[in-house]
Amino acid sequence: MFTLGPLGFAAPWLLVALIALPVLWLLLRAVPPAPIRRRFPGVALLLGLKDEEAETDKTPWWLLLLRTLAIAAVIIGFAGPVLNPDDRAPGTGPMLIVVDGGWADARDWPQRLEKIEALVEEAGVQGRPVALLRLTDAPGVVEFQTSEAWAGRAAGLQPQAWAPADFAEWAEVLPDGDFETTWLSDGLDHDGRDALLSALQSRGDVRVIENIRAVYGLHPARFEDGNVVVAASRMPAGDAGSVEVVAQGPDPSGIERDLGRVTLAFESGAAQAEAAMDLPPELRNRITRFVLEGARTAGSVSLADDSLKRRKIALIQSGADEETLQLLSPLHYLRQALAPTADIIEGNLKDTLLANPDVVVLADVAEIAGPERDALLEWVDKGGLLLRFAGPVLAASDVSRIDEDPLLPVRLREGGRTVGGAMSWGEPKALAPFPEGSPFFGLTAPPDVVVREQVLAQPDPDLTERTIAALDDGTPLMTRKVIGGGQVVLVHVTANAEWSSLPLSGLFVQMLERLAVSTKPAQPEAADLSGQTWVPEVVLDAYGAATDAGELPGVEGEALAEAIAQGPSLAFQPGLYAGADRRVALNVLGDETTLEPAVWPQGVPVDRLEARAVQALKGDFLTFAAVLLLLDVLAALWLAGRLRGLARGTAAVLALALLVATPREAQAQDTPGPNDDFAVQATSSVVLAYVQTGDPQIDELSRQGLLGLSDKLWQRTSIEPLMPMAVDIEKDELAFFPFLYWPISTAAAEPSDAAYAKLNQYLRTGGMILFDTRDADLAGFGGGTTPEGQTLQVIASGLDIPPLEQIPLDHVLTRTFYLLQDFPGRHQGGQLWVEAAPNAEAEAAEGMPFRNLNDGVTPVVIGGADWASAWATDDMGVPLVPIGRGFAGEQQREIAYRFGINLIMHVLTGNYKSDQVHVPALLERLGQ
Amino acid sequence: MSVAPQARDGDLRSRAEALGQTLPPLLAEAEMLASTVMMGEHGRRRAGLGDEFWQYRPAHQGDSARMIDWRRSARSDAHFVREREWQAAQSVTIWVDPAKSMSFTGDKSRAPKADRAKLLGLALAVLLLRGGERVGLAGLAAPRSGRAQLLRLAARLSGEAADQDFGAPETEGMVSHGRGVFLSDFLGDLSGIEAGLARAADRGVKGVLIQVLDPAEEEFPFDGRTIFESMGGTMRHETQQAGELRTRYLARLAERKDRLATLARAVGWHFSTHHTGAPAQSALLWAYVALQGGR
Repeated sequence: MFTLGPLGFAAPWLLVALIALPVLWLLLRAVPPAPIRRRFPGVALLLGLKDEEAETDKTPWWLLLLRTLAIAAVIIGFAGPVLNPDDRAPGTGPMLIVVDGGWADARDWPQRLEKIEALVEEAGVQGRPVALLRLTDAPGVVEFQTSEAWAGRAAGLQPQAWAPADFAEWAEVLPDGDFETTWLSDGLDHDGRDALLSALQSRGDVRVIENIRAVYGLHPARFEDGNVVVAASRMPAGDAGSVEVVAQGPDPSGIERDLGRVTLAFESGAAQAEAAMDLPPELRNRITRFVLEGARTAGSVSLADDSLKRRKIALIQSGADEETLQLLSPLHYLRQALAPTADIIEGNLKDTLLANPDVVVLADVAEIAGPERDALLEWVDKGGLLLRFAGPVLAASDVSRIDEDPLLPVRLREGGRTVGGAMSWGEPKALAPFPEGSPFFGLTAPPDVVVREQVLAQPDPDLTERTIAALDDGTPLMTRKVIGGGQVVLVHVTANAEWSSLPLSGLFVQMLERLAVSTKPAQPEAADLSGQTWVPEVVLDAYGAATDAGELPGVEGEALAEAIAQGPSLAFQPGLYAGADRRVALNVLGDETTLEPAVWPQGVPVDRLEARAVQALKGDFLTFAAVLLLLDVLAALWLAGRLRGLARGTAAVLALALLVATPREAQAQDTPGPNDDFAVQATSSVVLAYVQTGDPQIDELSRQGLLGLSDKLWQRTSIEPLMPMAVDIEKDELAFFPFLYWPISTAAAEPSDAAYAKLNQYLRTGGMILFDTRDADLAGFGGGTTPEGQTLQVIASGLDIPPLEQIPLDHVLTRTFYLLQDFPGRHQGGQLWVEAAPNAEAEAAEGMPFRNLNDGVTPVVIGGADWASAWATDDMGVPLVPIGRGFAGEQQREIAYRFGINLIMHVLTGNYKSDQVHVPALLERLGQ
Repeated sequence: MSVAPQARDGDLRSRAEALGQTLPPLLAEAEMLASTVMMGEHGRRRAGLGDEFWQYRPAHQGDSARMIDWRRSARSDAHFVREREWQAAQSVTIWVDPAKSMSFTGDKSRAPKADRAKLLGLALAVLLLRGGERVGLAGLAAPRSGRAQLLRLAARLSGEAADQDFGAPETEGMVSHGRGVFLSDFLGDLSGIEAGLARAADRGVKGVLIQVLDPAEEEFPFDGRTIFESMGGTMRHETQQAGELRTRYLARLAERKDRLATLARAVGWHFSTHHTGAPAQSALLWAYVALQGGR
């Protein structure tokens, strides 16, 4: 196959036709686009007119270029162009496919799997037997089988979370005979790889396919100066770049969240980068894993174990105020041992318990008072660790002498003992080896740790059980008792070097660690792990996802320590391993792990995984040519002036679309809504309105009352109202009405919030409501003694009603049209309440003779005279409700009408009538 | 009803049938058009030979006794002569350009220019014949009056187009001191038009020039490489960019109109341009009024 860069051609001889392009150019150039013939009588006028551009009788150059390109595309298209042609010669014999299958493969696994399947399929096509070998598996015999047998298995292949190893063993179990090998490498150098490579080379050709994309790995995080330091490695060490590291962990509600993130900046050429993450302890203790953002491999995940957790430890000593030399302070050695790895709280017991420490250390504290004792007990019961040290105070006290103190693991004998002192016999006692079952099992006691003085435990039945460390004469040195979820540990010596040399030794720190009082900052060493069985709790898969370990067996501490140093393997899968008191993380990358690129010897062909698949471009080229030819048609049409018709057609279609689209909008504006009718009816003239109560009888009476009043207004005044209207305060707009008559009915529902907002707006902007409780015959107004009065109070509570007063004698309502003294309706003698005049006293003091109500009309008038009944007439103007008796009753009805007229006048004209009383004075002044 | 000369040597029957089919619509259309401009018979506003009473005048010396209107004279002491209004009929000769250029239309929805020209000519003839004038077709029919002449004119007008591309006004059969109507696009050689007009003017004929143009000829809506050919194919002009010729073509057209107007003015004729895209009534009205010397 003829190749040209990444392009290959199936029929390269066709390309010769490209030589003809210049000829075509010349030919096309000489033949201009065909003219249109038009019959046109006006040609007589055209004769003799010359074209301004003479050169246009040749084809324009861009049209030429378009056509030449189209022809070239056709020629190239038929020459069968192929991108990334596969020109490898087919091999013979059995084919062995070797896959690293480690964590570094996980990111590109789909491509690798695709490649593996392609190789298996290719072998099937060529009829070659195939074997597939994953180096992360335990070495086992590999047999060549047919491609069909492997095809299904290859598809289910997954990478493992550890790096390939056991190359030497694999080299031994290779199948017999010669075969060709294809090695899909993850690009990392693994120890012992050369052994397998040479073994494979001795059997036949080896071809390597590897990925050149960078591989990133995250090292375990560690503590440094109170910060969490995370480090990452990369391969290859290329240009400067950066990666984000995210610390993840559960939030207080248990949901996994990003607790912090930091950017690691790789300098150019540097393979490693690290950064410190400053997190508050509360967040830091929650971290379960660090993840390189964007990378999905086990190597980019670093599980955080207890080594990151810093416990809060409360240190409490007796008589804290005592001034002693620092080295003699009971807490000095504890502070020294704990300060690097824990957060220390000091203070009195009551305060420190509020901080919810993990551990409380009581150094030589004997008696604990009642409430503190209860709090401490409760705290221990919930899982706290109480660590007590003995001392002179405890030895001298009576605590736990006869009965066992709840906060001490054992009963104590009086006084303690002294061995090897100046005044005593015997040698200072050394420590006995720690018994199995003790948390310290596996630690070796240095011989120079001796105890000179101690408190002694009373021999009780469970003393042996509670002893976790003893002297070589069997005397308990440390005893422990479990209380609920927590425990109490008593160290029978002081926390300083006064009674023993234990606090001076390294063993003291190790013991504190074993008790999980403190945590170790660095990776655990063999000594820390040995002697315990570690059970995997969580394991990582190759993609870095944590899964439950399930039934995986526990491992020995020594072996685990070795695995931590060497890196995980099939037997030691990366994950979190739990011991008695702590958890240890086995991460893919250790502290010292470096990522080295694999170097293949000369002669081994190395292909890239990303190499693009073979892609035939024939269709693309021909499509391109077709598009060009289409463009050419348009261009030719345009040149010949025939596009005009097309353009006109398009314009017509657009115009039609517009026509179709526009009428809808116009329609929407024209249709009047039902609300418009209401508004038109209400605003075409003055309309009196009443509020619907829901009681049809009352509503009808309101309508008839307002009708009668409207008739009287029409007859006697220049106010000419239309038919009264009913208003639903929930739905209808109120702003159209100057006046609302609101009869109070106990059946009426309380207005909604929206209705209240509307009513308040109405009152504020000049509307008036006449509340009529219709109960003046039963009760004087104001007490809320009638059901209607109570309903009014309920309704009015949401309204923005100003202070009210009983209508004064000089109120403008008494003289807006008629001069009135009382305001009867069907009932006589009720009270009428209106808005109180502002600053009435102040004005009186200033000597103003008349009320100066501000220009507003009183927004509410409240009474109970049942005016609607008095006003009510039928359509013929005949009164409907009998009022009083005889002539006096008719007189009362007349007065009621007069009140109505005055009220409407007041609504519509405001307070101008109150100015009328000034008229004589004004006239008098004018006369002067 | 006489038959068009061209049809004599053809299959007479089919020609006649075709004519019978085309004639009534053209005539009907022309009548309909004319009815919109109907004005009634026109007198000469002076005494002369005619049917209508004009005035009584006192008899002069020399008036023969039979000229005296005795009935009028009996009502008074003087003798009166009854005079009639002079109703001299005009001879109007219409020439409708039969050349091929008139068969052009710029849009399929529009009739060719020839149709409009014939319609205008015939409608004018209808009006004039009703006015009592004698109407003829130049070179085809001698001026006569009467309804029968109308059918004759219609038949003659429906004849086939001539062979030449552009027509020159025909003056044969024009009556001296008569009226002439030339309907054409006047896009051909100007000298032929000038000569025709001069011949007419020599005979004392006055009249109107109506230039019938297609809107496409006014707008020149062409673009791109084009070969323009006259309707008969005798003239051709090739251009690469028709759009660029537009302004120059329009200038030449305006110049041609201007020249025609000048020519017409020089010999006392009236000139107007009519577009086939516009309604025919206005052109008809204009032509009718112009023929009466109203302007």
